[in-house]
Amino acid sequence: MTRIVVLGAGTAGTIMANRLRRLYARDVSAGRTTITVVDQDDQHVYQPGLLFIPFGDSEPDEIVRPRRSQLHSDVALVQDLIDRVDAASNQVALSSGTVLRYDVLIVATGTRIAPEETEGMTGPGWRERVFDFFTLDGAVALRGALERFEGGRLVVNVVDMPIKCPVAPLEFAFLADAYFVKRGIRDRVEITYATPLDNAFTKPVAAQALAHLLEDKGITLVTEFNTGRVDGQGGILASWDEREVPFDLLVTIPLHAGAEYVSRSPGLGDDLGFVLTDPRTLQAAVAPNVFAIGDATNIPASKAGSVAHFESEILIENIRRFLAGEALAPDFDGHSNCFIETGHHKALLIDLNYDVEPLPGRFPFGLIGPMRLLRESRVNHLGKLAFRWVYWNVLLPGHDIPAVGPRMSLKGKELPPKPADRPTALAPH
Amino acid sequence: MSTAVIANYPIEVDAEGFLQKPEQWTEEIAVAIAREVGIDPLTTPHWQVIRFMRDRYLQTGQAPSIRTLGKESGVSTKELYQLFPKGPAKLAARIGGIPKPHGCI
Repeated sequence: MTRIVVLGAGTAGTIMANRLRRLYARDVSAGRTTITVVDQDDQHVYQPGLLFIPFGDSEPDEIVRPRRSQLHSDVALVQDLIDRVDAASNQVALSSGTVLRYDVLIVATGTRIAPEETEGMTGPGWRERVFDFFTLDGAVALRGALERFEGGRLVVNVVDMPIKCPVAPLEFAFLADAYFVKRGIRDRVEITYATPLDNAFTKPVAAQALAHLLEDKGITLVTEFNTGRVDGQGGILASWDEREVPFDLLVTIPLHAGAEYVSRSPGLGDDLGFVLTDPRTLQAAVAPNVFAIGDATNIPASKAGSVAHFESEILIENIRRFLAGEALAPDFDGHSNCFIETGHHKALLIDLNYDVEPLPGRFPFGLIGPMRLLRESRVNHLGKLAFRWVYWNVLLPGHDIPAVGPRMSLKGKELPPKPADRPTALAPH
Repeated sequence: MSTAVIANYPIEVDAEGFLQKPEQWTEEIAVAIAREVGIDPLTTPHWQVIRFMRDRYLQTGQAPSIRTLGKESGVSTKELYQLFPKGPAKLAARIGGIPKPHGCI
C-alpha cells in the first residue's frame, strides 16, 4: 500500500490532493493508495478576496467555504494540529497523539503572519489603529476602522520580505486612494507607502510602472524602510536606522513565517520556518520522499496561488516519477501570474518566472490578448473578479487552466530592447 | 559570474560583487570589500557578525536572516543597522565572502 500524506488543505494542498486522487483513481478506490490531508480547521479562505473586505466590496461569508467540500470524497481529511515531521522515520506526529506514517509527504502548510515579531506591533493600538488584512479577523476589523476614518495619515507598510502576494500592499494603497475619492474625503487623507525594498516592487520594469502609479495617485513612497518598532498609541512607525513615519491608521504586512511545526521538525525548514526545497523539482532537502509546494517553500518565486497551481502540474509528475522509481524532472521555472487591482474598476496583470521579470504586452493569446500586461485596463479587473469562480471550480479540483501552462510563455510579451533604446519599453501604445 | 581582482587576488564574483566561492575569501578581501561599500575600518563587532554569518553559512549552506543575526550573533538588530547601514544581512554576506542570500519577490 502507498500512503501519501498532504500537510495543509489550503490552495496548494487541496490542488495536490485532488490531482493525486485523479492520477491514482483506481488504486485509491481499491484501497491500494491512500491520500490523507491534515489541517487544523475546516475553513478554506479564498485569500485574494481578503483585499476587498476592508473596503466593503466583499463579505466574509463570500470568501470562506468548508475545506472538506473542496476535497474529493476519496481523500481523507484529518482535523488536527501538526506537532512535528520526523523525516528519518517517515512519520508525522499530530497534537492529539496520532501518528501518520507516509511513503510520500507533501508539505503545503503555507505561511502565516507573525506580528508579534515586531516590537510594539501587537501592543496598545493593535486592531485599533494598527491592522493587518492578511487574516479574516484583521480584514474585518480594518473595515470598521476605515469606515470611521474621517481624515489624517494612512500608512501602508511592509515589514520584511518574503510576503504572501507581494503586490497586495500596493493594491491596498491603490484601493484606499479610490475608496477615499469615492467618499469625497481624499483631500483630507495623506497616504504613505513604506517598504524595505529600494523601489515600489522587486523587479525593475514593474517597479518603475508601479512607482509611477503611486505618484499619479498622490501616494508618498518611502523606500529602504526596515521596520524596527511600532508605537500604536503614539502613532509612530520607526525604522532600525531611526527614521520615523507618523500615522493615524497603520495597515501593515507583518513579518511572514512558515507554520510553527516546521521549526520543530529536524532539517525541514530555514530559520523562518520555510521548507528547504529544490526550486526546480520541488523535492525537500530533508529527504527524497518529502516534497513542498506553495507558500510553505523557501524557493525564490512569489508566494501566490498562481504559483501553487503551476507548481502542482510539475509536482504531480515528479511524485508519479518518484513512486515509479524514475528520475525527477527539474521543470519548475518559477512561473507566477498575478492581477494587481489599481482602483476604479481597473487592474494590471503581470506574468513572470525565475529569469524573466514582468514585462508589458498582451496575455494569454499574444496579439489578441484580451488582457494587457503591466497596463491598467478594465478587462484585467474583470479577469480578477472572474478568477474567484475559476478558483473554486477549476483550480482547487486540480484542473489545468486552458491556454495558461505551468511554464511561462514569452508569447505577447514585449521583450526589453537593447539598453540604448530601453526607455521606450514602457511607452503607452 | 565574472572574475574580479580584490586585494590583488582574482576572485569569482556575481554581478553584484558577491563571492561565488567562499573558499577564496581572506580577511584582506573582507577589508577591501568593506572599504568599497563605505565601511572603514572593520571593528570588533563587525568581525563578530561577519564570522557568525560565514560560519553559519559554511555549516548549514544558508546565510542567516537579519532576525537570526539579531538573536544569535551577539550583536543586537539595532546595532547591526548601525554597523552595516541599510542591509546588514546582505552587506555582512558580501563582506564575509558568501553568495547573496536568497532573493525573493
